[in-house]
Amino acid sequence: MAVIDIAHLTKQFDGFTAVNDVSFSVEAGEIFGLLGPNGAGKTTLIQMMLGLMTPTTGTVAILGMDIARDAEAILSRVNFSSTYVSMPTSLTLTENLTTFARLYGIRKPAAQIARLLALFEIESLANALTRNLSSGQLTRLSLAKALLNDPEILFLDEPTASLDPDIADKTRVLLQSICREHRMTLFYTSHNMQEMEAISDRILFLHQGRVLACGTPAEIVRRYRESDLEKVFLKVARGNDPEVAA
Amino acid sequence: MRFDRVFALICRHLYLYRRSPPRLAEIFFWPLLDLIVWGFVTLYLRNYALPQFISFFLGALILWDILFRAQQGISVSFLEEVWARNLPNLFVSPMRPSELLAALMTISVVKLLLAGVVSGLVAWWAYSFNLWVLGLSLVPFVLNLMVMGWAIGIVTMATILRFGQEAEMMAWGLAFLVQPVSAVFYPVSVLPGWLQPIALAMPSTHVFEGMRHVIETRQIPLDHLWIAAGLNAIYVTLAIALFYRNLRVVREKGLLIRSGSQ
Repeated sequence: MAVIDIAHLTKQFDGFTAVNDVSFSVEAGEIFGLLGPNGAGKTTLIQMMLGLMTPTTGTVAILGMDIARDAEAILSRVNFSSTYVSMPTSLTLTENLTTFARLYGIRKPAAQIARLLALFEIESLANALTRNLSSGQLTRLSLAKALLNDPEILFLDEPTASLDPDIADKTRVLLQSICREHRMTLFYTSHNMQEMEAISDRILFLHQGRVLACGTPAEIVRRYRESDLEKVFLKVARGNDPEVAA
Repeated sequence: MRFDRVFALICRHLYLYRRSPPRLAEIFFWPLLDLIVWGFVTLYLRNYALPQFISFFLGALILWDILFRAQQGISVSFLEEVWARNLPNLFVSPMRPSELLAALMTISVVKLLLAGVVSGLVAWWAYSFNLWVLGLSLVPFVLNLMVMGWAIGIVTMATILRFGQEAEMMAWGLAFLVQPVSAVFYPVSVLPGWLQPIALAMPSTHVFEGMRHVIETRQIPLDHLWIAAGLNAIYVTLAIALFYRNLRVVREKGLLIRSGSQ
C-alpha cells in the first residue's frame, strides 16, 4: 500500500521551475532515498510534501490524505528532522522534547523522552542546555524529536550530515531497525552515496527539478553503467549524462 | 483548537523566561525606568500644570505600557521562534496557526500582568498614585489596550513572517508609530485638525480620552469604551487576516524553512 503518492507535482518561482512534473509513490515500510545535486529540488519537494510550501500544480497524498486539506491529521502521524532546522537553544533537551511531545499529543511524555534520549545515547544530557550541544548531539536531539510520536513516515533531510562516522553508522542502523520493527516509512535525503546505497530500498534521482531515475540502487547503477552510486551522481552532476544533456 | 497544544507553546516560553534572567528582567526594566524618570518629572511639574497632572501622566504611562507589553508579548515571543530557527519544527507539527496565536496572546497577558502589577505598585508606593482612581473602568480600559496591543503584535508577526528578520525592528518600533496619534499624554484637541480624525480612529485614543474623563468627572465614559471596543474588533480581525494571508504567501514562496536564516 502506498503511504506517499505524489502526482505531477510542480513548483515554479517567478518563471523558474524548481520541481517539474514529479510523480512517484512510496510503499509502507520502505526506506526511500531522494538523491540529487545541490539545487535539484530536493528540499522544495520535501517542503511541499510536509505542507511547508504550496505546489504550483499537482497533488501530495500522505497516508491516503491530501496535505492541502488534511494537514493536521497527516502531520500528527508523520515527523521531520533536518540539519538546517534548529530548536530553542535556551531550553534543556528535556524541555524541548516535552514541548514537542505535548504538541504531538503524547500521553506520557516523560517515559517516551527517556527512551529516546537513551536510544540516541544522550540521556546524560537530559538537563543540559541545548546551546551547549555539539552539532552531532544536536542532530541526535533533532532525531529524538522526530521519533516522539512514533511516526508512520519519517522525513529526514540529510540526517547524518554532521555526525562522526561512528555515530552516523549507529544512527543508520538504528533507523533501519526502527523501520523494520515498526514498519515505519523513511523518506530521506543525503549526499552520502554509500549511505544511500547501503540503506535505501529505492532511490529517486532528481536533477534540475525532474525525475531522472527511480528504482533500487542496483537498478540505477546498472542503468547508468557505473560501478556505484557515487559515480552515477558525479556523472549526472557534471552533465555527462546523455539524458540530462538532451 | 486543542488547548494541550496551546499549553505546550505557552510552556515553551515559560521555560525560556525561567532560564533567562535578562529576559525576565526586561519585562520589568523599561516600565520601571519610565515610571521613575517620568514620575519625578510629574512631581516637579505638578505645581505648574493641571492639578490632576500626576494622575493624568502616570495613569497614561502605565496604561500605555499595557498596550506596549501586549504587543511585545506577541511579536517578541514570535521572534524567539525565528531566532531559534524553530518555525519549521512548529509548522510540521499538528499545531494550527490559531493555536500559535492563542499561545502568544496568553503569553502577552502574563507579561503585561507582571509589568502592570509591578508598575502599579511602584506608582502607588513612590508617587502615591493609585491606578484604581479610574475605578471599574480600569478593567475595560486595560482590555481595550491589550486587544489593540495584540492587533499591532499580530501585524508585526505577520510582517516578520513575510519579510524575515529584516522586519524585526518593527517589534520594538511599531507601537510607537501610533503613540503620537493615541492622545496618550495630551487630549485629541491639542492635535492639528487634519490629524484628529486619524487619532479618533485609534482605539487607544478613546481609552486615554476616557481615562482623563474618569479622573476629571468620576464618570465612566461609555461612549469612548464602546468606540474603542468596536475599533479593536475591526483591527484585530484585519490583523489576523493579514497573518493568514502572509502565511499563505510564505507557503507559496517557500520561506518558512528559511525563517531565521535571513
